[in-house]
This record gives sequence, structure tokens and C-alpha cells, in this order.
Amino acid sequence: MDVRSQISMVFHLDKCIGCHTCSVACKNVWTDRRGAEYMWWNNVETKPGTGYPTKWEDQEKYKGGFEKKNGGVDLRAVGRIRGAATVFHNPSLPIIDDYYEPFTYTYEDLINAPEGADQPVAKPISMITGEPMKIEAGPNWDDDLGGSPIYAANDPNLDALSSEERTALFEVQRLVFFYLPRICNHCANPACVASCPSGALYKRGEDGIVLLNQERCRGWRFCVTACPYKKTYFNWGTGKSEKCILCYPRLESGQAPACFHSCVGRIRYLGNLLYDADQIVDAINRPDHELVEAQRDMILDPFDPAVIAAARANGLAPDVIEAAQRSPVYKFVKLWSLALPLHAEHRTLPMLFYVPPLLPMMASVGDGIYDTSIDQFLGTIDSYRLPLKYMASLFGAGNEAPVRHALRKQLATRMYRRQVTTDDLEEANVRLALSETDTTAEQAEAIYRLTSLAPFDERFVIPPMHREEAIEMLGDTADAKGLTGLGFREGPQRGA
Amino acid sequence: MLDVILFGAFPYVAVVLFVGVSIQRYRREPFTYSSLSTQFLESRNLFWGSVPFHVGVLVLFFGHLLGFMFPRQVMLWNAMPARLFILEVSALICGILTIVGLVGLILRRARSARLRVNTSVNDILVYIALLCSIITGLWVALSLRWGSAWYTHTIVPYLQSLIVMQPDIQRVAELPLAARLHIISAFALFSLFSFTRLVHIIVAPVPYLWRPTQLVIWNRDRKTTSGA
Ligand code: HEM
Ligand code: SF4
Ligand code: SF4
Repeated sequence: MDVRSQISMVFHLDKCIGCHTCSVACKNVWTDRRGAEYMWWNNVETKPGTGYPTKWEDQEKYKGGFEKKNGGVDLRAVGRIRGAATVFHNPSLPIIDDYYEPFTYTYEDLINAPEGADQPVAKPISMITGEPMKIEAGPNWDDDLGGSPIYAANDPNLDALSSEERTALFEVQRLVFFYLPRICNHCANPACVASCPSGALYKRGEDGIVLLNQERCRGWRFCVTACPYKKTYFNWGTGKSEKCILCYPRLESGQAPACFHSCVGRIRYLGNLLYDADQIVDAINRPDHELVEAQRDMILDPFDPAVIAAARANGLAPDVIEAAQRSPVYKFVKLWSLALPLHAEHRTLPMLFYVPPLLPMMASVGDGIYDTSIDQFLGTIDSYRLPLKYMASLFGAGNEAPVRHALRKQLATRMYRRQVTTDDLEEANVRLALSETDTTAEQAEAIYRLTSLAPFDERFVIPPMHREEAIEMLGDTADAKGLTGLGFREGPQRGA
Repeated sequence: MLDVILFGAFPYVAVVLFVGVSIQRYRREPFTYSSLSTQFLESRNLFWGSVPFHVGVLVLFFGHLLGFMFPRQVMLWNAMPARLFILEVSALICGILTIVGLVGLILRRARSARLRVNTSVNDILVYIALLCSIITGLWVALSLRWGSAWYTHTIVPYLQSLIVMQPDIQRVAELPLAARLHIISAFALFSLFSFTRLVHIIVAPVPYLWRPTQLVIWNRDRKTTSGA
């Protein structure tokens, strides 16, 4: 058992209101620079939809992630041999038009225009060339267009549906959508790291954050292709790739990442998980339908004395283990099996988990009006508006079972709470729903609390990052006296 | 006198700049080492420029290097006219690939507004130096037939004399203009090398072929602190 700690996340999709506050917080802190204008380390997209960059889930086009081949698991493209063959021109690299051309407006014109009969206008100009341009795409161009024939209809996940199901989905009365906020998943088996020919990408051992060393990146861009989530970005100005850093400077000082801190819907949870790195190889070699399960099996019980002993033997500090015991992520992912990885079929073991949304699936339409009777509220998950197959394509690697379980457990919790507050359901039904999903009343209370009421400190349990160890690693701390703080690259010395 | 400067002093300046500045830049400004890819801004035309250019230039580069390191083996190979012919024709084909690719790259950059704003003076200098090298190289290939035969008793001894610090300028000063220009542009390219994106060549990701797949970096040595 090789116990490691991983800072891990849960997004509760029922709570996301699609306000993009998270994206803007991130943009202001990290990517408001030349060459990075188009990057949204955090983005929010509407599902069904094509997302950002457009159709990022279409791996026929972008060739991201790992796949099973020759009895093992290898990168879909840009592995050792294929990478060497395509280094001078990479056919599966997304280009700026797959994202959008960044733009601004000539705001000065509003102030500087000479006096005249007409109101002055600010014209859109490209942030690359500075030339006037026609804006035809943006980072959230498919916002709320759940039924759109351009965006929603081209969602690659709809491939899982039959054509009748697809048509039904686009009937006006049945239109349905939800939001999917995305950041880098800080995967346990990161494809970006595996693909980087310069060894610039790495996973931090202590907390699992995946970083890209700007000083070692040489701009070969394999990572951009390899990440199946398209969460590494190429800075066209500096000629280096960049990615989400999970706000590690904030985490190291005990603060939640900017997108988490600012989230209006309070959909985000952060905490560490203990997992067994020895199981990675086995987990990524499983067939698709076992992947979600296999990843969950890797996560260890932080209360188990054997796990604690192994963690201590591996050098994990007691306060890190203690943080894992309080982690909200552990509860959502492991204890309750409510949160699921996104597109686990790419075998990167993403460490950001989603509680699949219940709301857009509820309420069916009869005779042109919504059926909102209580019976329908209790209706089976399988007859909901957004077919389960679609959800399974996103959150179950094609397997409906874990998604159905997560949805039914949420439903059971809702029924339980409705019973407590309004007492208008059959008690037997409520008890059945709870027992069918192995939910006790206490657990339902706990789920309810963490979902709806949990304050800041319960949603974000940030383990101590022990940066003193990083400093000690660089040498005797006394040696470093007088070296930092003045902005010198090398020690300030008397010149010749 | 000009010959002394061009063939006696310039090569040393070029090598010192090439080695010294590359190392210094790698140590002090590792951030600036990059291939400075522009595929993100323009992808389709890049294929028709970058691929032929790189394939051609890499074969030519290693051809020149091997020829310098193993002149006797090249002589032996060339002993049969058919083999000499094969060698020269392959080299010429690579030369043509290189120039076609390079011209493609230059046109591509000139035509695209997105690329134009993202082009530095250095990029232009690199294009000029490469153009000079390749044009003079092709000129040598076409006008001074069988370079792979005569270089062994002209260029090779000259380069060797440079290495032992006793430049034998006479060896090259008497060569035809095309050959002399080719030598000078090569040293010009070396002088420019470390100031431009050409440094991407020395950080070409060869170790990727054997490094472990995943990279996990720890603050501490886990074995020494385990149980602590
Ligand atoms: C193993 C060796 C090499 C590798 C892996 C390599 C890789 C690359 C890559 C990835 C690019 C960026 C292409 C893009 O815009 O996406 C590039 C550009 C370039 N390379 Fe290389 N290269 C190598 C050797 C060379 C050599 C030997 C030369 C010339 C002596 C060279 C000259 C150039 C030039 C001039 C460009 C700029 C092209 C342009 O933007 O117009 N490269 N190289
Ligand atoms: S989501 Fe992409 S960029 Fe992030 S760790 Fe996974 S493979 Fe790497
Ligand atoms: S800030 Fe929160 S609620 Fe708003 S879009 Fe982002 S994740 Fe959703």
C-alpha cells in the first residue's frame, strides 16, 4: 500500500446557477495577460452543448487521454513514437479558432470621439492583431442554448442516445439543460504529464496538484493534445503551455482557490483524499464499465488504523491524515457514492468529482404542461427528461449503474427531507427509497447538511501544506538567510 | 586580411557565442527556451512548411556532422560511383525539401495577420541566415559537383585546424566563392543560434523516449523520512 494524499474536489451540479463568477475570479487572478486572454482555466458550459473548446469531448478529433491498446494502456496520440512523428506539426492540436479569437472594444472612441450628431460606439477589435473583427465565438457561446441545433445537437455525448431519444430531447416543451463548470481535474494518472516530452509537467507528491514548470516547457504542445479535458492551454505569446494551478499559492496559505472561494452557488467542495497509488495501474487497465468503481476502490478509509499506519510510514503528517478524516470530498465520493468522475473512460483518474444533477431530469410533460404532482416527484429516474444514458456518458464511463445510484440517493434524501418538513409523502415510500440506496436517516441528514447548509469551513477543508519541508529540501534554512525577499535571482553580492 | 577575419577569427567568435551564450541563457533565462510554436495561430500551411523544412534540415545537419566525423568512411562509400551518386542525389533532395519548406514558412508568416504581429526581429534574422545557408549550399551542390568527395581534403582539414587552434586559412581561402559563402553563412548561423528560437534544437526532447511515464516530485526524500 503506497498511501498518498490528494487535494480533491467535488462540484454539486444541482446547485450551479451558471453565473460564471468562478471563471471571472480565475481570469482576474491568473489569465488576464497577453497570450492567455483566450484561456479559461475555469470555464462553465451548458450541457447538452459543445463546450469550450468547441466539441472538446470529440476524441476522434482531439485524440486526448489514454486508451487500451496492445494489452496495456497508452496515450491515444502523442505517445513516444507518435509524438516523435508529429512533433513538427501536430494534426490533433486544437487551434485558436477551436476556442475563439479573444476580443476587446475600442473604448477610447467613446471618450475621444469629436462632438457630433451621433453617439460614438466602441468597435470590437481582436486582441491578437488589434484589427477590427466580427465576433463569432466566445468562451461560453453556447450558454443556456440547451435545445440549439448548433450547440446542443452537436454534443458528442448524444451519440449514446437513440435517434428517437435525441429528437425527443429537442422538442421545445422538453428542452432541458444544466451547467458543467470545469477546471483541471488534477488527475491521479495525468495524461498531460505522461505526454510532456520535456518533463515540464509534474504531479506534486504531497498534495497531488499537477503543475507545469514554465522554465522547462519548450512549447512542444503534446500536453494540449493529451489532456482529454483540454485543460492545458498554449500561450501563443510566450510560446509555453499553461494550466490551472489549483491556486496553490492560496492553498499554501490556507485559502480556498479563487473559483471555489467565489462560487455563488456554493456548489464547490475541497478536501484531501488518501488513496493507494499501488492500485493505479490496476485501475486504469479495467474495462470501461468498471472504471468508476475501480477509482473509488483506490480511495482509502482515513479512519482505518492500517491506512493510518501506512500513511505515517509513507511520511504523511498527522494533521494531513486528520484533514482527510474531515474531508467533504471523502464523504461525497466514497462514503455516499454521490460524486462521480467526469469522462473516466479516458483513464486519467480525474480527481474532481461531480454530483450529477437531479433537477433537469425531473418533471415530465403530459399534454403540453408540466406534471408536477408528487407522484411524479417520486417517479423513477429512468423516465426523466434527460436520458440516463446521456448522464452515464458524462459521469459513468458509459455505465448507468453508478449514475443511477447517485441520482436515486439524492432523490431518497430529498424525499426524506420532504417527509421531515412537509410530511406529505407515504412514510413507507420514503423508507423504501432510503433502504434501496443504503441510506440511513442520519446519513440523509448529513447529505442534506453538507449539500444545503454547510458553511465555508465545512465545504473547504484545506490540509496543511507543509511548505517548510519544501524549503528544507533546498538546503539548510540558515543558508537561505538573506537570500529571499529582495527579488534577486542570485544572492545579492558586492560587485567587482 | 579579410580572409583572416572571416575564416580565422569569425569561427571562434561563432563557437564562443554558440556555446557560451546558450549555456548562460539556459542557466539564467530558462523561460526563454522554447520552440515558439505558431501552430496555434495557423495550422494548415504550417504542415507544408515545417515538415519538409525540418526533415530536410535535420538530414542535412547530421549528414554534415557525420561527414566531418568520419571522412574516411565517406570516402570508402564513395569509391563506387553509383553510391556517390545516391549520396549526392539524396543530399540534393533534402536541400530542395529544406528550401521549399523554408520559403513556405516565410510566405505563411508574411500572409497571416495573426502571425505578423507575433513575429520578432529575431525570427526574421533566423529566416535570413537559414536562407543564406541553404541557397549557398544548393549553389555549391549544383555548381561544384561531388562535394562529398572533395570536402575531405579541403573543409575537413580546415575544421580540424580550427579545433587545434592553428587555423589553416589557405585551405578554404582558395575555394570558389559559393563554398566560401556557404562556410561563412554557417558560422553566421552559429553566432545567431543562442540569441534566437534556434535554441530549441539543443533542447529537443530526446530523453522522452526513455523517461518514466509519470513524473511525481516530492519535497522530501520519502525513504529517508519514512516513519519519522
Ligand atoms: C530534433 C530537432 C528539432 C525539433 C524537435 C524541432 C521542432 C520544432 C517545432 C515544434 C517548431 C515549431 C513549429 C510550429 O510553429 O508549431 C519548430 C520551428 C522551427 N524550427 Fe525546429 N526543430 C528541430 C530542429 C531544427 C533545426 C535543425 C532547425 C534549423 C537549423 C530548425 C529550425 C526551425 C525554425 C526556423 C522554426 C520556425 C518555423 C516558423 O515558425 O516559421 N529546427 N521546430
Ligand atoms: S485534467 Fe488534463 S491537465 Fe489536468 S491533470 Fe488531468 S490530464 Fe492533466
Ligand atoms: S460560480 Fe459556482 S454557481 Fe456560478 S457558475 Fe461557477 S460553479 Fe456555477
